[in-house]
Order: sequence, then structure tokens, then C-alpha cells
Amino acid sequence: MSNRLLEVKNLVVKYRSGKTAVHAVNGISFGIRKGESLGLVGETGAGKTTTALAILRLIASPPGKIEGGEVEYDGKNLLELPESGMRHIRGNRISMIFQDPMTSLNPVMTVGDQIAATIRLHRKKSRKDAAVEARNMLELVGIPGERYNEYPHQFSGGMKQRVMIAIALSCNPSLLIADEPTTALDVTIQAQVLDLIEKLKREFDTSLLLITHDLGVVAEVCENAAIMYAGEIVEYGNLRHIYKGTLHPYTQGLFESIPNIDEDVRRLKPIEGMMADPTRLPQGCAFALRCPYKDGGCEKNAIPVFEPEPGHLVKCLKWSEIKGSDRRKRLEERRGERIA
Amino acid sequence: MKKLLETRNLKKYFRTPRGMLYAVDNVSFVIKEGETLGVVGESGCGKSTLGRCVVRLHDVTDGQVWYKEKEISRLSRKDFRDYRRDMQMIFQDPFSSLNPRMSVSQIIAEPLIIHKMCANSFELGRKVGELMDTVGLARRLASSYPHELDGGRRQRIGIARALSLNPRFIVCDEPVSALDVSIQAQILNLMQDLQEELRLTYMFITHNISVVKHISNNIMVMYMGTVVELAPSPDVFRYRMHPYTKALLDAAPIPDPDKKRRREPLKGEITSPIDLPAGCRFAKRCVYASGECFSSDPLLKEYRPGHFTACHNTEKINEL
Repeated sequence: MSNRLLEVKNLVVKYRSGKTAVHAVNGISFGIRKGESLGLVGETGAGKTTTALAILRLIASPPGKIEGGEVEYDGKNLLELPESGMRHIRGNRISMIFQDPMTSLNPVMTVGDQIAATIRLHRKKSRKDAAVEARNMLELVGIPGERYNEYPHQFSGGMKQRVMIAIALSCNPSLLIADEPTTALDVTIQAQVLDLIEKLKREFDTSLLLITHDLGVVAEVCENAAIMYAGEIVEYGNLRHIYKGTLHPYTQGLFESIPNIDEDVRRLKPIEGMMADPTRLPQGCAFALRCPYKDGGCEKNAIPVFEPEPGHLVKCLKWSEIKGSDRRKRLEERRGERIA
Repeated sequence: MKKLLETRNLKKYFRTPRGMLYAVDNVSFVIKEGETLGVVGESGCGKSTLGRCVVRLHDVTDGQVWYKEKEISRLSRKDFRDYRRDMQMIFQDPFSSLNPRMSVSQIIAEPLIIHKMCANSFELGRKVGELMDTVGLARRLASSYPHELDGGRRQRIGIARALSLNPRFIVCDEPVSALDVSIQAQILNLMQDLQEELRLTYMFITHNISVVKHISNNIMVMYMGTVVELAPSPDVFRYRMHPYTKALLDAAPIPDPDKKRRREPLKGEITSPIDLPAGCRFAKRCVYASGECFSSDPLLKEYRPGHFTACHNTEKINEL
């Protein structure tokens, strides 16, 4: 897999406190090619953000610890790099956009200087050159250069997120990790920011790891998607695999929980119950408790990964049954219940 | 169906150091008994302020709120008490709207005690138990505290508390926005079931377009304190007459790779409605804006049966 830019193998992250351990990420593996955009989808507590932080080795320790696995980037295992080498990667080769633009900018530094600081640190530019570059970056993300000397509180949420994007892209990284970049924004502003990310990604040929809980955002921006549940990737594939040929009952449940703009459904079909307690994950499938397809086998042993079609991975013993049950058909049935 | 709640030219202005902020400006609507009015718009459009004015968590600046054929916006606190029982609110954030020092049963019991709904503690306990059953909270959680529970369960507490006084009308202010989708679906189903069983009327405030379509009979789209479109839910989606409604609906990402969002997202951003000049508040961002839009306020007019829009160019844009 030489064309892979990033390869995560069997990553395990735990948070310990006293005698209990939170099993946040449990042996996940995935890769991103150059120029690819991968959506990492899951609900609160699925381990999405922990995965991203682990890639950049930003897990606060204690309580967090990367307990196993490899993060291979450009042929090197990032987990074995000395801290100085890691500092060269962060913000330079791999950069990250955080969810909350309101709290991730420095309130006592002008936005321009915040961009310039990154450029000076990684690209050894003079103050003057860095300032010019920073101004260009601002213009690139659609903020007039005159606003270089303003402070974050003078910007709206959408503008702050643009500044974050400018900082993240200022050193032309090969991988951009965006952790819920639009969750805090209104839909019309979200549309602007997503368009911007897409445009810049194309321009710079940057790979993108987009973390979100919104299947709509992934459908718009990504080529591939990985669905996370309780610290594992339960389904992986291209958009067609995930959206049209769903094979994992959790993915299926997610789709059925979203009210659809184009269909009138009288009642939604929520996933019963709640996510398994990450301090006491079951032996077998973590989703079994909530799964309508489960049988005895699901709860006994760890579930292997199946590959029903090339490139479509699913971690479920029952995938062939789910394929038989065809989501489309059941959607048709539900449409029968629509209000007259 | 009888109308239960009506506002007439409701206004709520806030005095700020930078000038007058027109949070809600001239909003009129009717909600019929047993129906749901969805109020949709982006942050700062005044939808929460409107909800709070309706249940008198804010006093209105001008205009009227009619509930069951009676004007209630200027009743004294004491006189309003009887209405408070009938009109309840569910809040957005189940993390900050519950008192962390009270147990689940205490939170649900509090309104019952304040309004002296139960004769003795035995009856109170029974009623709290029933309410927990109604909203699907296991009774063993009665002595838990909010921080021990997840968002979905906390929102169920908020719903139980709102239901405790047997209200007829509930303002739901973004009740599912803080929840994960699988939990969101559970809560939406619960709210629909309760509406049918208890014949509740909802004013459902949200920024989520697919949620509002799912739950509402009528939808009101707000922009900077004013109503830009008001129509039966399917019509809003079918005709999307106002340019802002079009932009808002087009901006929502669709979870289907075959249906890419139509491009050309809205330019610019919503500004705060302080010291507004005359003219349409959306004009600065509107691709159809013409001279008239910058000089006179567009009024809400009926362009199709039951379908109201406030835009000077409605006829031109929609080829009516």
C-alpha cells in the first residue's frame, strides 16, 4: 500500500482513572491516499476525536494513553518519533481544524499574527514575509486582508472557522484533519465553509480526514466513509457502499434515525437503547445489545472484519442477512405509513 | 379545529449600548389546537425570543398574545399563573436547564409542589412515577442526579417536568439539537406520541430543516426578527417562495451521494438587527434584490391559499 499517505494500524487508546479504564479506541485500522477525503462518522463517545488526537499525539497523558498500534505517515511510525520530530509534523505536514472556533483561537492575538506565527515557525520566514503570506491566506479563505489586525472577538463564528482553516492550510500540509468543522455553524454558513474546504483541498491536493456525526456532510465532501461505534470502525467503504449498500445494522440504524427531507415518514425508527458503557465493553460485538439481528454468536467472541465486496469492509456476523433485508425495500414499506 | 394560540404584531425590542435591537418585529401567527407550528431560522433570527415571549418569559414590547380567546401578554404575574400551568416550555440544553443539586424525582415534582397539584406526598410520589413512565424513564433513576444521566435521558426529564402540570400548549426550544441522531429520533417519536395521547399543541423551534419538516403541520421561516414565509409544511418545501427559504433549504446537506446540494450558497452573513434602516432585512444577501427592496419593508402577503411570504419580488421570482 505504498500510495497510502497515512496508515493507521490497530490503534488502541485508553483513558485510565483509578481502577477503571475507558476503552476509547479499540484497535482501529484505516488508510488515506494522497488527495483522498475520508469521513469518520459516529455519535458522541464513539472515539472519533480521540482517533484524530492520537494521530497527532495530542492525547493528554495522563489520563489518556496510546496502548498499541501504529500510525504510519510517509513511511514513518509517528508513535515512535521523538517529540521534536512530531513538532515538525504538527501544523506543518498534518494540521487540524477543531470543532469550536470560538475557543481554539487566541483571544489576545490578532488573527493575522496567529496565521503568521504558524508560517514563521514551520517555514522559517521573516516577520515581514510571514505577514504578507498570512494576509494572502486570509484573502484565500474569503476574509479581506484589511482585517489582519483584528481580534477573534470581532469575527463571527463562520469567519473564525475560516481563520482556523487559514492557519491549518498556511504551511500547505499533506493531510488536514477537520474535527466537526461546521457543527457549531448555521446551515448557510456551513455550506460556505464546506465549499471552501472542498475548493482548497482540490487546489492544494490535500488529503482530508473529516470527523463528523452528520451523514449529510460526508455525502457532500468525502469519497469514502468509516462508521465508528464504541471505539471500532464497524463499516468502511466508498459512499456507494455506505449509503446505498449499507451492511452494518448500526449504519442502517443511523440512516433510519434521520428524518429525510425528500420522504414523508410518519414515525422515525430510532436505534433502541444507548451506547455500551466504554468502561465495560462486552466480549463480542459492542452493538449487539441494541441490534435487531443479533443471535448467540454475536455476544461470544470478537467479531472479525468481512469484505463482501472489494473495498467494502464490515464488522458484523450478520451482514449477509442485512443485505437480504435491503434498506430500500423497508423504506418503501415505511412510506406506506405516511400521513394521508 | 379551534385556534389555541395567536400572536398579533408581536414585537420585542432590546435596548443595547449600540442601539435598539429588533429581536422580534411584527410577528403574527395562529396555532390551532393539536397542531405543531415549526419555527425555523438561523442563530440570531429571534426564534427563541419569540418562544419566550409567547410563554411570558419575556414581557413583550408591543403587540398581543391571545390564548384561548384571551389576551395574556399584559396580565399581572398573579393572573398569569393559571396560564402558566397550561403553557409550558422544553429547553434546548438538557445539561444546563436542570438543577444539578436536585434528583430526578425532585425536578419533576417541583412544578407539582409549586402549583399545589397534589394533596399529599403519597399522591406526589405516584404522580412523579407516572410521569416517568410516560416519558420512558426507568423508575429506578428517580433518585439519580442529572449529571449521572446521558443527554437523551436528561431531555426526557425536561419533558416530564413540562408535562407535570397537564399543559395544553408547549413551546419546544431546540429540544433535540443537543442530542445524537439515534437519541434524537427516540425523543421526536416520544413527542409525537405524547401529542396524540394528550392532545398537545406544540410550537417547535429549531434550526434543523429535516426535523422541522418531520414534526410540523405549519412552518414559519424567520430572518432577523421577521417572518419571511409561513405555510403548511409540505408547501414550504414544494414552493419555497421566499429567496431566503430557498437558500436555507438548499444549504442543508442531504445524506445521499446522488443528491448533491445545489451550488451557489448564500453569500455573506446574518448581522444583528440593531438600528435597522428601512427595507427588506434580507436584501443585502439576496440575489433578486431590486431598488424597492432597499427602501420599503415587504409585508407578509398571501400568495397561494394559506401560503404567506414577505418579499417584494415574490411574483417575479415564482412566476405567479
